[in-house]
Amino acid sequence: MTQAADLLRNWVLAQAEDEADWIVRSLARIASATQERDLFIFMGLAPRRLGKADLALGAEDLDAADAACPGWSPEGWSVDGAARVLAILTAPATRIFADRFKDLRRTADVAEMIALYRGLPLYPDPDSLHFEVGEGLRSNIKAVFESIAHRNPFPRDHFDEHRWNHMILKALFIGSRLTPITGLGARANPELARILVDYAEERIAAGRPVPQDLWIPLKPFRGDPAVAAILRQEEVAQ
Amino acid sequence: MMLIDPHAHMISRTTDDYVAMADAGIVALIEPAFWVGQPRTFVGTYVDYLSTIVGWERFRAGQFGIRHYCTVGLNSKEANNEELAEGVMDWLPRFALKEGVVAIGEIGYDEQTALEDRYFRLQLELAKELNLPVMIHTPHRDKKRGTSRSMDVCEEHGLDPGMVIVDHNNEETVAETLQRGFWAGFSIYPSTKMGNARMVEILRQYGGERIIVDSACDWGISDCLGVAKTAQLALDRGIPKQTVHMVCYQNALDAYGQSGQMQEADWLDPPAIDQRTLFEGNSILRGGREPHIEAPGDRRRTDHMID
Repeated sequence: MTQAADLLRNWVLAQAEDEADWIVRSLARIASATQERDLFIFMGLAPRRLGKADLALGAEDLDAADAACPGWSPEGWSVDGAARVLAILTAPATRIFADRFKDLRRTADVAEMIALYRGLPLYPDPDSLHFEVGEGLRSNIKAVFESIAHRNPFPRDHFDEHRWNHMILKALFIGSRLTPITGLGARANPELARILVDYAEERIAAGRPVPQDLWIPLKPFRGDPAVAAILRQEEVAQ
Repeated sequence: MMLIDPHAHMISRTTDDYVAMADAGIVALIEPAFWVGQPRTFVGTYVDYLSTIVGWERFRAGQFGIRHYCTVGLNSKEANNEELAEGVMDWLPRFALKEGVVAIGEIGYDEQTALEDRYFRLQLELAKELNLPVMIHTPHRDKKRGTSRSMDVCEEHGLDPGMVIVDHNNEETVAETLQRGFWAGFSIYPSTKMGNARMVEILRQYGGERIIVDSACDWGISDCLGVAKTAQLALDRGIPKQTVHMVCYQNALDAYGQSGQMQEADWLDPPAIDQRTLFEGNSILRGGREPHIEAPGDRRRTDHMID
Protein backbone atom coordinates (compact mmCIF):
# COMPACT_ATOMS: atom_id res chain seq x y z
CA MET A 1 0.00 0.00 0.00
CA THR A 2 1.50 3.29 -1.07
CA GLN A 3 1.50 6.45 0.97
CA ALA A 4 -1.00 8.04 -1.41
CA ALA A 5 -3.39 5.12 -1.01
CA ASP A 6 -3.16 5.47 2.77
CA LEU A 7 -4.15 9.11 2.49
CA LEU A 8 -7.09 8.31 0.19
CA ARG A 9 -8.23 5.60 2.54
CA ASN A 10 -8.20 7.96 5.53
CA TRP A 11 -10.07 10.69 3.67
CA VAL A 12 -12.72 8.37 2.27
CA LEU A 13 -13.29 6.60 5.59
CA ALA A 14 -13.57 9.95 7.37
CA GLN A 15 -16.56 10.81 5.17
CA ALA A 16 -18.06 7.34 4.79
CA GLU A 17 -20.34 7.43 7.85
CA ASP A 18 -22.42 4.21 7.86
CA GLU A 19 -20.62 2.88 4.81
CA ALA A 20 -17.19 2.63 6.46
CA ASP A 21 -17.66 -1.09 7.10
CA TRP A 22 -18.71 -1.68 3.52
CA ILE A 23 -15.58 0.08 2.28
CA VAL A 24 -13.24 -1.87 4.52
CA ARG A 25 -14.84 -5.20 3.58
CA SER A 26 -14.97 -4.39 -0.14
CA LEU A 27 -11.35 -3.27 -0.27
CA ALA A 28 -10.22 -6.40 1.56
CA ARG A 29 -12.08 -8.51 -1.00
CA ILE A 30 -10.63 -6.56 -3.92
CA ALA A 31 -7.11 -6.90 -2.48
CA SER A 32 -7.32 -10.67 -2.35
CA ALA A 33 -9.37 -11.25 -5.49
CA THR A 34 -8.16 -13.36 -8.39
CA GLN A 35 -10.89 -11.91 -10.64
CA GLU A 36 -11.87 -8.31 -11.38
CA ARG A 37 -15.60 -8.59 -10.82
CA ASP A 38 -15.37 -7.22 -7.26
CA LEU A 39 -13.45 -4.20 -8.55
CA PHE A 40 -16.01 -3.52 -11.31
CA ILE A 41 -18.92 -3.80 -8.90
CA PHE A 42 -17.21 -1.50 -6.40
CA MET A 43 -16.64 1.08 -9.15
CA GLY A 44 -20.39 1.02 -9.91
CA LEU A 45 -21.55 1.12 -6.33
CA ALA A 46 -19.17 3.80 -5.01
CA PRO A 47 -21.35 6.88 -5.77
CA ARG A 48 -24.55 5.01 -4.85
CA ARG A 49 -23.16 4.14 -1.42
CA LEU A 50 -20.98 7.16 -0.67
CA GLY A 51 -22.65 10.02 -2.52
CA LYS A 52 -20.72 12.51 -4.63
CA ALA A 53 -19.69 15.21 -2.17
CA ASP A 54 -16.29 16.86 -2.44
CA LEU A 55 -13.56 15.54 -0.18
CA ALA A 56 -13.29 17.79 2.88
CA LEU A 57 -9.57 18.51 2.87
CA GLY A 58 -7.55 20.96 4.95
CA ALA A 59 -4.20 22.57 4.19
CA GLU A 60 -2.35 19.79 6.01
CA ASP A 61 -4.08 17.17 3.83
CA LEU A 62 -2.97 18.98 0.68
CA ASP A 63 0.58 19.20 2.05
CA ALA A 64 0.53 15.47 2.81
CA ALA A 65 -0.65 14.78 -0.76
CA ASP A 66 2.16 16.84 -2.23
CA ALA A 67 4.67 15.07 0.03
CA ALA A 68 3.38 11.63 -1.00
CA CYS A 69 3.44 12.48 -4.69
CA PRO A 70 5.04 15.77 -5.76
CA GLY A 71 2.54 17.99 -7.54
CA TRP A 72 -0.49 15.87 -6.66
CA SER A 73 -3.44 18.03 -5.61
CA PRO A 74 -6.64 16.24 -4.59
CA GLU A 75 -8.43 19.58 -4.29
CA GLY A 76 -11.88 19.23 -5.84
CA TRP A 77 -11.84 15.42 -5.76
CA SER A 78 -15.16 13.83 -4.84
CA VAL A 79 -15.52 11.12 -2.21
CA ASP A 80 -16.73 8.52 -4.75
CA GLY A 81 -13.92 9.43 -7.13
CA ALA A 82 -11.34 9.05 -4.36
CA ALA A 83 -12.83 5.68 -3.41
CA ARG A 84 -12.63 4.53 -7.03
CA VAL A 85 -8.96 5.48 -7.35
CA LEU A 86 -8.30 3.80 -4.02
CA ALA A 87 -9.93 0.60 -5.28
CA ILE A 88 -7.76 0.67 -8.43
CA LEU A 89 -4.65 1.09 -6.30
CA THR A 90 -5.82 -1.74 -4.04
CA ALA A 91 -6.45 -4.36 -6.74
CA PRO A 92 -3.54 -6.83 -7.04
CA ALA A 93 -1.32 -6.68 -10.12
CA THR A 94 -2.77 -9.78 -11.77
CA ARG A 95 -2.82 -7.99 -15.16
CA ILE A 96 -0.74 -5.37 -16.91
CA PHE A 97 -1.95 -2.12 -15.36
CA ALA A 98 -2.53 -0.32 -18.67
CA ASP A 99 -4.77 -3.19 -19.85
CA ARG A 100 -6.88 -2.96 -16.72
CA PHE A 101 -7.08 0.81 -17.06
CA LYS A 102 -8.21 0.49 -20.68
CA ASP A 103 -10.97 -1.89 -19.66
CA LEU A 104 -12.18 0.51 -16.98
CA ARG A 105 -11.90 3.55 -19.24
CA ARG A 106 -13.79 2.13 -22.22
CA THR A 107 -16.91 1.43 -20.15
CA ALA A 108 -16.67 4.45 -17.84
CA ASP A 109 -19.43 6.99 -17.32
CA VAL A 110 -18.38 10.64 -17.10
CA ALA A 111 -17.80 10.78 -13.35
CA GLU A 112 -15.86 7.52 -13.48
CA MET A 113 -13.72 8.78 -16.33
CA ILE A 114 -12.88 11.90 -14.34
CA ALA A 115 -11.84 9.80 -11.35
CA LEU A 116 -9.73 7.48 -13.52
CA TYR A 117 -7.77 10.36 -15.01
CA ARG A 118 -7.41 12.34 -11.81
CA GLY A 119 -5.65 9.30 -10.38
CA LEU A 120 -2.95 9.34 -13.08
CA PRO A 121 -0.06 10.55 -10.90
CA LEU A 122 -0.65 7.67 -8.49
CA TYR A 123 -0.60 4.68 -10.84
CA PRO A 124 2.29 2.29 -11.50
CA ASP A 125 4.23 2.31 -14.77
CA PRO A 126 3.14 5.77 -15.98
CA ASP A 127 4.88 5.52 -19.35
CA SER A 128 2.60 2.63 -20.32
CA LEU A 129 -0.42 4.94 -20.08
CA HIS A 130 0.30 7.37 -22.91
CA PHE A 131 -2.30 5.89 -25.25
CA GLU A 132 -4.94 6.00 -22.52
CA VAL A 133 -4.12 9.60 -21.66
CA GLY A 134 -4.34 10.54 -25.33
CA GLU A 135 -7.86 9.13 -25.48
CA GLY A 136 -8.86 11.33 -22.55
CA LEU A 137 -7.27 14.46 -24.02
CA ARG A 138 -9.25 13.95 -27.23
CA SER A 139 -12.52 13.99 -25.27
CA ASN A 140 -14.83 16.88 -25.97
CA ILE A 141 -16.28 16.58 -22.50
CA LYS A 142 -14.56 19.52 -20.85
CA ALA A 143 -14.48 18.01 -17.37
CA VAL A 144 -12.79 14.86 -18.67
CA PHE A 145 -10.14 16.92 -20.44
CA GLU A 146 -9.65 18.98 -17.29
CA SER A 147 -9.25 15.88 -15.14
CA ILE A 148 -5.94 15.42 -16.98
CA ALA A 149 -5.02 19.05 -17.63
CA HIS A 150 -5.90 20.71 -14.32
CA ARG A 151 -4.21 20.21 -10.95
CA ASN A 152 -2.56 17.05 -12.23
CA PRO A 153 1.24 16.70 -12.38
CA PHE A 154 1.12 13.82 -14.89
CA PRO A 155 1.33 16.03 -18.01
CA ARG A 156 4.21 18.06 -16.55
CA ASP A 157 6.10 14.92 -15.59
CA HIS A 158 5.39 12.62 -18.53
CA PHE A 159 4.24 14.48 -21.66
CA ASP A 160 6.61 15.10 -24.53
CA GLU A 161 6.72 18.64 -25.90
CA HIS A 162 4.28 18.02 -28.74
CA ARG A 163 1.58 16.60 -26.50
CA TRP A 164 2.16 19.26 -23.86
CA ASN A 165 1.80 22.08 -26.39
CA HIS A 166 -1.35 20.64 -27.89
CA MET A 167 -2.91 20.19 -24.48
CA ILE A 168 -2.38 23.92 -23.84
CA LEU A 169 -3.82 24.82 -27.23
CA LYS A 170 -6.84 22.57 -26.80
CA ALA A 171 -7.49 24.12 -23.39
CA LEU A 172 -7.68 27.52 -25.08
CA PHE A 173 -10.00 26.21 -27.79
CA ILE A 174 -12.52 24.65 -25.43
CA GLY A 175 -12.54 27.63 -23.08
CA SER A 176 -10.64 25.90 -20.30
CA ARG A 177 -8.42 27.99 -18.04
CA LEU A 178 -4.65 27.67 -18.23
CA THR A 179 -3.80 28.79 -14.68
CA PRO A 180 -4.74 25.44 -13.02
CA ILE A 181 -2.37 23.53 -15.34
CA THR A 182 0.47 22.14 -13.22
CA GLY A 183 3.84 23.16 -14.67
CA LEU A 184 2.47 25.88 -16.95
CA GLY A 185 5.49 28.12 -16.39
CA ALA A 186 8.07 25.36 -15.97
CA ARG A 187 7.22 23.75 -19.31
CA ALA A 188 7.01 26.93 -21.38
CA ASN A 189 8.98 26.44 -24.62
CA PRO A 190 9.72 28.39 -27.82
CA GLU A 191 7.52 26.21 -30.04
CA LEU A 192 4.58 26.76 -27.71
CA ALA A 193 5.27 30.49 -27.73
CA ARG A 194 5.11 30.45 -31.55
CA ILE A 195 1.79 28.55 -31.50
CA LEU A 196 0.33 30.93 -28.93
CA VAL A 197 1.41 34.03 -30.88
CA ASP A 198 -0.37 32.64 -33.95
CA TYR A 199 -3.39 31.87 -31.85
CA ALA A 200 -3.48 35.34 -30.32
CA GLU A 201 -3.13 37.00 -33.75
CA GLU A 202 -6.00 34.88 -35.08
CA ARG A 203 -8.18 35.92 -32.16
CA ILE A 204 -7.33 39.60 -32.54
CA ALA A 205 -8.01 39.43 -36.31
CA ALA A 206 -11.42 37.89 -35.65
CA GLY A 207 -12.25 40.58 -33.09
CA ARG A 208 -12.35 38.06 -30.26
CA PRO A 209 -10.88 38.46 -26.78
CA VAL A 210 -7.56 36.81 -25.96
CA PRO A 211 -7.69 34.81 -22.68
CA GLN A 212 -5.65 36.51 -19.96
CA ASP A 213 -3.75 33.43 -18.81
CA LEU A 214 -2.30 32.96 -22.30
CA TRP A 215 0.46 35.36 -21.30
CA ILE A 216 1.91 33.08 -18.62
CA PRO A 217 3.64 30.63 -21.02
CA LEU A 218 4.51 33.52 -23.37
CA LYS A 219 6.30 35.84 -20.98
CA PRO A 220 9.56 33.85 -20.73
CA PHE A 221 9.97 34.49 -24.49
CA ARG A 222 9.35 38.21 -24.56
CA GLY A 223 12.86 38.60 -26.04
CA ASP A 224 11.48 37.11 -29.25
CA PRO A 225 10.30 39.98 -31.53
CA ALA A 226 7.01 38.25 -32.47
CA VAL A 227 6.21 37.58 -28.81
CA ALA A 228 7.16 41.12 -27.83
CA ALA A 229 4.90 42.50 -30.59
CA ILE A 230 1.87 40.54 -29.48
CA LEU A 231 2.45 41.41 -25.83
CA ARG A 232 2.66 45.09 -26.79
CA GLN A 233 -0.53 44.85 -28.83
CA GLU A 234 -2.32 43.30 -25.93
CA GLU A 235 -1.05 45.93 -23.49
CA VAL A 236 -2.35 48.65 -25.81
CA ALA A 237 -5.69 46.86 -26.06
CA GLN A 238 -6.00 46.84 -22.28
CA MET B 1 -45.21 23.23 -17.34
CA MET B 2 -42.20 20.97 -16.71
CA LEU B 3 -42.17 17.90 -18.94
CA ILE B 4 -40.22 14.64 -19.15
CA ASP B 5 -39.74 12.67 -22.35
CA PRO B 6 -39.08 9.16 -21.06
CA HIS B 7 -38.28 7.66 -24.49
CA ALA B 8 -36.09 9.66 -26.87
CA HIS B 9 -33.19 8.39 -28.99
CA MET B 10 -31.14 11.55 -28.91
CA ILE B 11 -28.11 9.90 -30.50
CA SER B 12 -30.10 10.25 -33.75
CA ARG B 13 -31.15 13.86 -33.19
CA THR B 14 -29.67 17.30 -33.78
CA THR B 15 -28.82 20.22 -31.53
CA ASP B 16 -31.89 22.05 -32.93
CA ASP B 17 -33.98 19.31 -31.35
CA TYR B 18 -32.35 19.75 -27.97
CA VAL B 19 -32.97 23.51 -28.14
CA ALA B 20 -36.61 22.99 -29.13
CA MET B 21 -37.18 20.41 -26.40
CA ALA B 22 -35.69 22.65 -23.72
CA ASP B 23 -37.76 25.60 -24.98
CA ALA B 24 -40.89 23.47 -24.86
CA GLY B 25 -40.34 22.58 -21.19
CA ILE B 26 -38.52 19.23 -21.32
CA VAL B 27 -36.36 19.12 -18.18
CA ALA B 28 -35.31 15.47 -18.38
CA LEU B 29 -35.36 12.65 -20.87
CA ILE B 30 -34.58 8.95 -21.01
CA GLU B 31 -32.62 7.44 -23.88
CA PRO B 32 -33.30 3.71 -24.18
CA ALA B 33 -30.65 1.51 -25.81
CA PHE B 34 -32.09 0.49 -29.18
CA TRP B 35 -31.46 -0.62 -32.75
CA VAL B 36 -29.69 2.24 -34.49
CA GLY B 37 -31.02 1.37 -37.95
CA GLN B 38 -27.80 -0.24 -39.15
CA PRO B 39 -27.27 -3.67 -37.60
CA ARG B 40 -24.17 -3.93 -35.42
CA THR B 41 -21.87 -6.76 -36.44
CA PHE B 42 -19.28 -6.57 -33.67
CA VAL B 43 -19.80 -6.70 -29.91
CA GLY B 44 -17.38 -3.76 -29.64
CA THR B 45 -19.65 -1.41 -31.55
CA TYR B 46 -22.46 -2.28 -29.19
CA VAL B 47 -20.22 -1.67 -26.18
CA ASP B 48 -19.19 1.74 -27.53
CA TYR B 49 -22.84 2.56 -28.19
CA LEU B 50 -23.69 1.85 -24.56
CA SER B 51 -20.71 4.00 -23.52
CA THR B 52 -22.05 6.78 -25.72
CA ILE B 53 -25.47 6.86 -24.10
CA VAL B 54 -24.06 6.77 -20.56
CA GLY B 55 -21.30 9.24 -21.47
CA TRP B 56 -21.23 11.63 -24.39
CA GLU B 57 -24.97 11.91 -25.01
CA ARG B 58 -25.59 12.54 -21.31
CA PHE B 59 -23.04 15.32 -21.41
CA ARG B 60 -24.42 16.74 -24.67
CA ALA B 61 -27.95 16.97 -23.27
CA GLY B 62 -26.61 18.79 -20.22
CA GLN B 63 -25.25 21.54 -22.47
CA PHE B 64 -28.86 22.34 -23.38
CA GLY B 65 -30.09 22.30 -19.80
CA ILE B 66 -31.73 18.89 -20.11
CA ARG B 67 -30.97 16.02 -17.72
CA HIS B 68 -30.27 12.81 -19.58
CA TYR B 69 -30.87 9.28 -18.30
CA CYS B 70 -30.72 6.02 -20.17
CA THR B 71 -31.71 2.40 -20.13
CA VAL B 72 -29.31 -0.35 -21.19
CA GLY B 73 -30.22 -3.60 -22.83
CA LEU B 74 -30.10 -5.83 -25.86
CA ASN B 75 -32.95 -4.90 -28.21
CA SER B 76 -35.18 -7.57 -29.69
CA LYS B 77 -34.01 -7.22 -33.31
CA GLU B 78 -30.35 -7.74 -32.48
CA ALA B 79 -31.19 -10.57 -30.10
CA ASN B 80 -31.54 -12.61 -33.29
CA ASN B 81 -27.78 -12.38 -33.92
CA GLU B 82 -26.74 -14.99 -31.40
CA GLU B 83 -23.02 -14.30 -31.48
CA LEU B 84 -23.59 -10.59 -30.92
CA ALA B 85 -26.26 -11.25 -28.31
CA GLU B 86 -24.01 -13.53 -26.24
CA GLY B 87 -21.28 -10.92 -26.30
CA VAL B 88 -23.60 -8.09 -25.29
CA MET B 89 -24.97 -10.15 -22.40
CA ASP B 90 -21.41 -10.50 -21.06
CA TRP B 91 -20.97 -6.72 -21.01
CA LEU B 92 -24.43 -5.64 -19.81
CA PRO B 93 -23.84 -6.12 -16.06
CA ARG B 94 -20.90 -3.69 -16.36
CA PHE B 95 -23.22 -0.98 -17.69
CA ALA B 96 -26.31 -1.54 -15.58
CA LEU B 97 -24.82 0.28 -12.56
CA LYS B 98 -23.51 3.34 -14.42
CA GLU B 99 -24.62 6.79 -13.39
CA GLY B 100 -28.05 7.68 -14.76
CA VAL B 101 -29.05 4.16 -15.84
CA VAL B 102 -32.72 3.99 -14.83
CA ALA B 103 -33.83 0.64 -16.27
CA ILE B 104 -32.99 -2.41 -18.34
CA GLY B 105 -34.50 -1.75 -21.75
CA GLU B 106 -35.81 -1.46 -24.27
CA ILE B 107 -36.24 -5.21 -24.44
CA GLY B 108 -38.95 -7.58 -25.57
CA TYR B 109 -40.15 -8.98 -28.87
CA ASP B 110 -39.87 -8.01 -32.51
CA GLU B 111 -40.79 -11.11 -34.55
CA GLN B 112 -41.31 -13.20 -31.41
CA THR B 113 -38.55 -15.71 -32.20
CA ALA B 114 -36.98 -18.24 -29.85
CA LEU B 115 -33.78 -16.17 -29.57
CA GLU B 116 -35.74 -13.01 -28.74
CA ASP B 117 -37.51 -14.95 -26.05
CA ARG B 118 -34.24 -16.28 -24.62
CA TYR B 119 -32.56 -12.88 -24.28
CA PHE B 120 -35.71 -11.17 -23.06
CA ARG B 121 -35.90 -13.63 -20.20
CA LEU B 122 -32.19 -13.40 -19.36
CA GLN B 123 -32.47 -9.62 -19.15
CA LEU B 124 -35.55 -9.79 -16.95
CA GLU B 125 -33.48 -11.90 -14.57
CA LEU B 126 -30.68 -9.31 -14.64
CA ALA B 127 -33.14 -6.51 -13.85
CA LYS B 128 -34.50 -8.51 -10.96
CA GLU B 129 -31.03 -9.22 -9.58
CA LEU B 130 -30.05 -5.53 -9.71
CA ASN B 131 -33.47 -4.26 -8.63
CA LEU B 132 -33.88 -2.09 -11.72
CA PRO B 133 -37.09 -1.20 -13.56
CA VAL B 134 -37.69 -2.67 -17.03
CA MET B 135 -38.72 -0.86 -20.21
CA ILE B 136 -40.52 -3.13 -22.65
CA HIS B 137 -40.66 -2.51 -26.37
CA THR B 138 -43.86 -4.12 -27.65
CA PRO B 139 -43.80 -5.37 -31.26
CA HIS B 140 -45.29 -3.44 -34.18
CA ARG B 141 -46.51 -6.64 -35.86
CA ASP B 142 -48.88 -9.01 -34.07
CA LYS B 143 -48.92 -6.32 -31.42
CA LYS B 144 -51.78 -7.40 -29.23
CA ARG B 145 -50.51 -10.93 -28.74
CA GLY B 146 -46.92 -9.75 -28.38
CA THR B 147 -47.93 -7.31 -25.66
CA SER B 148 -49.87 -9.92 -23.67
CA ARG B 149 -47.01 -12.36 -24.03
CA SER B 150 -44.47 -9.80 -22.78
CA MET B 151 -46.50 -9.35 -19.62
CA ASP B 152 -47.00 -13.11 -19.23
CA VAL B 153 -43.24 -13.62 -19.29
CA CYS B 154 -42.64 -10.83 -16.76
CA GLU B 155 -45.10 -12.45 -14.39
CA GLU B 156 -43.57 -15.86 -14.97
CA HIS B 157 -40.18 -14.47 -13.88
CA GLY B 158 -41.71 -12.93 -10.78
CA LEU B 159 -41.29 -9.27 -11.70
CA ASP B 160 -43.42 -6.73 -9.89
CA PRO B 161 -45.62 -5.08 -12.57
CA GLY B 162 -44.97 -1.78 -10.79
CA MET B 163 -41.33 -2.10 -11.91
CA VAL B 164 -42.23 -2.67 -15.56
CA ILE B 165 -43.10 -0.04 -18.16
CA VAL B 166 -44.82 -1.55 -21.20
CA ASP B 167 -44.22 0.91 -24.02
CA HIS B 168 -45.76 1.62 -27.45
CA ASN B 169 -49.32 0.85 -26.31
CA ASN B 170 -52.36 1.66 -28.44
CA GLU B 171 -56.16 1.55 -28.12
CA GLU B 172 -56.08 -2.24 -28.42
CA THR B 173 -53.54 -2.96 -25.68
CA VAL B 174 -54.05 -0.26 -23.06
CA ALA B 175 -56.91 -1.83 -21.12
CA GLU B 176 -55.09 -5.10 -20.48
CA THR B 177 -51.80 -3.38 -19.61
CA LEU B 178 -53.45 -1.19 -16.99
CA GLN B 179 -55.67 -3.92 -15.67
CA ARG B 180 -52.65 -6.16 -15.01
CA GLY B 181 -50.94 -3.42 -13.01
CA PHE B 182 -48.15 -2.45 -15.43
CA TRP B 183 -47.22 1.11 -16.43
CA ALA B 184 -48.59 1.88 -19.90
CA GLY B 185 -46.30 3.93 -22.15
CA PHE B 186 -47.55 5.60 -25.34
CA SER B 187 -45.19 6.73 -28.06
CA ILE B 188 -46.43 9.70 -30.06
CA TYR B 189 -45.06 8.47 -33.37
CA PRO B 190 -47.94 8.87 -35.78
CA SER B 191 -46.92 6.59 -38.66
CA THR B 192 -46.48 3.36 -36.68
CA LYS B 193 -47.55 3.94 -33.10
CA MET B 194 -49.86 6.66 -31.80
CA GLY B 195 -51.01 10.12 -32.85
CA ASN B 196 -51.57 12.90 -30.34
CA ALA B 197 -55.28 13.39 -31.07
CA ARG B 198 -55.82 9.68 -30.42
CA MET B 199 -53.73 10.01 -27.28
CA VAL B 200 -56.00 12.74 -25.94
CA GLU B 201 -59.02 10.48 -26.41
CA ILE B 202 -57.25 7.71 -24.46
CA LEU B 203 -56.61 10.16 -21.61
CA ARG B 204 -60.26 11.15 -21.69
CA GLN B 205 -61.27 7.52 -21.37
CA TYR B 206 -58.65 6.18 -18.93
CA GLY B 207 -57.51 9.21 -16.95
CA GLY B 208 -53.86 9.65 -16.00
CA GLU B 209 -53.04 6.86 -13.61
CA ARG B 210 -50.01 4.76 -14.71
CA ILE B 211 -50.09 6.24 -18.22
CA ILE B 212 -46.86 7.68 -19.61
CA VAL B 213 -46.49 9.71 -22.81
CA ASP B 214 -43.22 9.71 -24.76
CA SER B 215 -42.00 10.74 -28.21
CA ALA B 216 -39.78 7.74 -29.09
CA CYS B 217 -38.10 10.17 -31.49
CA ASP B 218 -35.27 8.50 -33.38
CA TRP B 219 -33.79 8.31 -36.91
CA GLY B 220 -37.24 7.92 -38.51
CA ILE B 221 -39.89 10.55 -39.22
CA SER B 222 -40.75 11.42 -35.66
CA ASP B 223 -41.21 14.49 -33.52
CA CYS B 224 -39.00 15.39 -30.57
CA LEU B 225 -41.84 17.66 -29.40
CA GLY B 226 -44.29 14.74 -29.22
CA VAL B 227 -44.72 15.05 -25.47
CA ALA B 228 -45.01 18.85 -25.47
CA LYS B 229 -47.52 18.97 -28.32
CA THR B 230 -49.62 16.23 -26.75
CA ALA B 231 -49.64 18.11 -23.45
CA GLN B 232 -50.77 21.25 -25.24
CA LEU B 233 -53.48 19.49 -27.23
CA ALA B 234 -54.76 17.69 -24.15
CA LEU B 235 -55.04 21.00 -22.26
CA ASP B 236 -56.73 22.64 -25.25
CA ARG B 237 -59.27 19.83 -25.40
CA GLY B 238 -60.19 20.03 -21.75
CA ILE B 239 -58.14 17.27 -20.12
CA PRO B 240 -57.48 18.38 -16.52
CA LYS B 241 -54.07 19.93 -15.91
CA GLN B 242 -53.41 17.42 -13.15
CA THR B 243 -53.86 14.52 -15.59
CA VAL B 244 -51.52 16.12 -18.11
CA HIS B 245 -48.94 16.65 -15.37
CA MET B 246 -49.16 12.96 -14.42
CA VAL B 247 -48.79 11.52 -17.92
CA CYS B 248 -46.19 13.99 -19.20
CA TYR B 249 -44.05 14.26 -16.06
CA GLN B 250 -44.87 12.67 -12.73
CA ASN B 251 -45.58 9.08 -13.76
CA ALA B 252 -42.31 8.76 -15.67
CA LEU B 253 -40.47 10.15 -12.65
CA ASP B 254 -42.23 7.74 -10.29
CA ALA B 255 -41.70 4.70 -12.51
CA TYR B 256 -38.05 5.25 -13.44
CA GLY B 257 -37.19 6.96 -10.16
CA GLN B 258 -37.44 3.49 -8.60
CA SER B 259 -33.90 2.97 -9.93
CA GLY B 260 -32.63 5.52 -7.38
CA GLN B 261 -30.89 7.30 -10.27
CA MET B 262 -33.45 9.95 -11.16
CA GLN B 263 -34.93 12.59 -8.89
CA GLU B 264 -36.50 15.99 -9.24
CA ALA B 265 -33.56 17.66 -7.48
CA ASP B 266 -31.38 16.67 -10.46
CA TRP B 267 -32.95 19.48 -12.50
CA LEU B 268 -34.47 21.74 -9.84
CA ASP B 269 -31.43 21.90 -7.59
CA PRO B 270 -28.47 20.19 -9.26
CA PRO B 271 -25.55 19.39 -6.94
CA ALA B 272 -22.45 21.50 -7.55
CA ILE B 273 -20.43 18.55 -8.77
CA ASP B 274 -23.03 17.79 -11.44
CA GLN B 275 -23.04 21.39 -12.55
CA ARG B 276 -19.29 21.28 -13.00
CA THR B 277 -19.15 18.00 -14.87
CA LEU B 278 -22.39 17.10 -16.58
CA PHE B 279 -24.95 19.79 -16.43
CA GLU B 280 -24.72 23.42 -17.38
CA GLY B 281 -27.83 24.34 -15.41
CA ASN B 282 -31.37 24.83 -16.47
CA SER B 283 -31.73 28.15 -18.22
CA ILE B 284 -35.52 27.78 -18.39
CA LEU B 285 -35.99 27.58 -14.65
CA ARG B 286 -33.21 30.00 -13.81
CA GLY B 287 -34.67 32.56 -16.17
CA GLY B 288 -38.04 32.19 -14.49
CA ARG B 289 -39.91 32.44 -17.76
CA GLU B 290 -42.71 30.16 -18.91
CA PRO B 291 -41.45 27.59 -21.38
CA HIS B 292 -43.17 27.89 -24.72
CA ILE B 293 -44.12 25.25 -27.24
CA GLU B 294 -43.26 25.88 -30.84
CA ALA B 295 -43.38 23.97 -34.07
CA PRO B 296 -39.96 22.93 -35.43
CA GLY B 297 -40.48 25.26 -38.40
CA ASP B 298 -40.87 28.31 -36.17
CA ARG B 299 -37.34 28.12 -34.84
CA ARG B 300 -35.69 28.10 -38.25
CA ARG B 301 -34.58 31.68 -38.74
CA THR B 302 -34.81 33.00 -42.25
CA ASP B 303 -31.51 34.85 -42.02
CA HIS B 304 -29.44 32.00 -40.66
CA MET B 305 -26.79 32.41 -43.38
CA ILE B 306 -25.53 35.56 -41.67
CA ASP B 307 -23.98 35.58 -38.22
